[in-house]
Amino acid sequence: MHYERTTLTIAIFSFFVGAVLFLSFYLGAKAKSSKGYYAAHGEVGWFVNGIAFAGDYLSAASFLGICGLIAFYGYDGFLYSIGYLAGWIVALFVIAEPIKRLGKFTFADALDAQFHSRGIKLTAAISTLIVSIFYLIPQMVGAGALIKPLLGLESYWGVIIVGIAVILIVVTAGMVSTTWVQFIKGSLLIIFCTVLVVLILNRGLKVTAPTRPQTLVVKGDQKFVNDKLQTKDNDLQPVGHIRTLPRGQKSTGPLNPFSFLATIQDSVIETYSSKVTKAEGVTTTVYTPAPTPGASLLTPGGYFKDIKTGNWKGKLNFVSLMLALFCGTASLPHILIRYYTVKNPASARKSTIVGIAAIGFFYVLTLFMGLGAMTSGNLDPTDNNMSAPLLAKSFNPILFAIISAIAFTTVLGTVSGLIIAASGAVAHDLMSSFMKMKMDDHEKVKAGKIASVVVGVLAIILGIVFKGFNVSFLVGWAFAIAASANLPSLVMLLFWRGTTRQGITAAITVGLLSSLIWILLSADAYTNLYGSKSPAPMPFNQPGIVTIPLGFAVLIIVSLFTGESGRRRGFDVIPTASAAN
Amino acid sequence: MDGPVSHDSPDPDQRAAHDAHVAPNAKLGLGLFIVYLILYVGFMAIATYQHELFASTPFGGVNLAIFYGMGLIVSALVLALIYMTLCKPDR
Repeated sequence: MHYERTTLTIAIFSFFVGAVLFLSFYLGAKAKSSKGYYAAHGEVGWFVNGIAFAGDYLSAASFLGICGLIAFYGYDGFLYSIGYLAGWIVALFVIAEPIKRLGKFTFADALDAQFHSRGIKLTAAISTLIVSIFYLIPQMVGAGALIKPLLGLESYWGVIIVGIAVILIVVTAGMVSTTWVQFIKGSLLIIFCTVLVVLILNRGLKVTAPTRPQTLVVKGDQKFVNDKLQTKDNDLQPVGHIRTLPRGQKSTGPLNPFSFLATIQDSVIETYSSKVTKAEGVTTTVYTPAPTPGASLLTPGGYFKDIKTGNWKGKLNFVSLMLALFCGTASLPHILIRYYTVKNPASARKSTIVGIAAIGFFYVLTLFMGLGAMTSGNLDPTDNNMSAPLLAKSFNPILFAIISAIAFTTVLGTVSGLIIAASGAVAHDLMSSFMKMKMDDHEKVKAGKIASVVVGVLAIILGIVFKGFNVSFLVGWAFAIAASANLPSLVMLLFWRGTTRQGITAAITVGLLSSLIWILLSADAYTNLYGSKSPAPMPFNQPGIVTIPLGFAVLIIVSLFTGESGRRRGFDVIPTASAAN
Repeated sequence: MDGPVSHDSPDPDQRAAHDAHVAPNAKLGLGLFIVYLILYVGFMAIATYQHELFASTPFGGVNLAIFYGMGLIVSALVLALIYMTLCKPDR
């Protein structure tokens, strides 16, 4: 679809992004020490840190991706909301306080606090880098997808703008600036999404005229809509209409949250299916409207179709995804390092609870935003990632510009945290700890900043290379890899005295390799990465249900075999019976 | 108090702090985690094997899928607040 940039949208976008950057530079004091650069001196207040958790965690995948999935497929998008939030329970009840007691700056610090093992330092650092990069790519791709409709620029400009802005944020003050960007972004996201939901409920639901099938043909640089050249006047029509409301109503007027959901339950919504065919360099996509009962859209099975069929592989794939989401949050390095920015374990606990409240509230809003977008009549059938901004546009262009700018700063906040985590892995874990390069504090900060620039440039390149990729698919990868590589070591270190350094090293290595190999041999990779129609070796796409238990098993077996030689001084979260006696 | 608070620390004050504060908090956390895990596994089990149950509308015309999903989100916060209330303060 065509998007026209206006002076208003450019002005509002520039104001928001500029204000966020200015505030982050102003509020973030220059961090000269490595403790300041990586951990904001450990003095971030628990409330600020809690909202920063939300700002860090609620990435483009959460805001744009989930709203888009709900808008196009119904309830299955909300499954991601549930899974993402559930992961915080693992973080709070299992990880938060013990991790604060263990380490200084990074995830590798936490694992290695009792062992002082080069093997742990190396494997944990590599795991941090790989997970961070997998998480970075969809954020950069999301920024690129957002910039085109907003500013009328090609997507690579969005990637470059985000990359440069984030490098500036991270290089000037590291975690202090990053924390404030995430705090501001998290606050704006929640406030304006609340406004959007209030507007949705106040507008209510209305029957609109049904639409006809549409065709988009892409031939080289040319695009044809319904057999004519695509222009501003001949373009794909927006979709997302209500065919019928309960009791023959034409419109409902303002609704409360319950009546909004109940009305959709008993309505018929016009959803769109798309069929793509490729032949001789020409790609043809046919968009076909299908009247769908609201009751069907509000139950699982719209996106994960195998839930409703008897296909055991599909069901296993779904369970595997939910497991990866549950286990992945607490294993993400850029989330774990945020525990080091607060003063003490009690602050870590409180900030996690504030984060859970903010994130949980946001995910409740996503259901209403997604359903509001589904029925707004303003969806772009070619790009479900734009559902939330276009929903805002259906109210007025100012809100569209604000929501788009917030979505952009959403990417800024998450990418900042990821680059801090990745630069810590390089400068602190690899260079200083593993390679034992002698650096004073000032040199460590300098190394971290240089590493930030390198990782930032790499992120820009990858964001351009992976343009057009499915963003949710890549984020799911990052969760599965993080959960497989990191969680077994974190949990067993905290709860089993028999954990050895060799066990941890082996678990991270096997978890990382097994999840990566599985993903690269999955049907999703064959279709989206290699463009191949050959059958994939792996029976289903999501590796978690196999690779997470595998990580635990490897750690236990290797630890049992390496016994006393690899054991550390006890750090029992819960003392064993013999120790207690 | 420097270094991790450990049950095996040579410092008797550290051991006392660990046993009095850390261990009960950890047990409380594990207990609440298991409660949530049961709720989450129940949700996944219904979605996978009895998805028709989710279509029922027990209250106000809103179906069980939405109630259960929202319930998981709300219960995460409720359990977190219980944890914060019952946790022993740091020494």
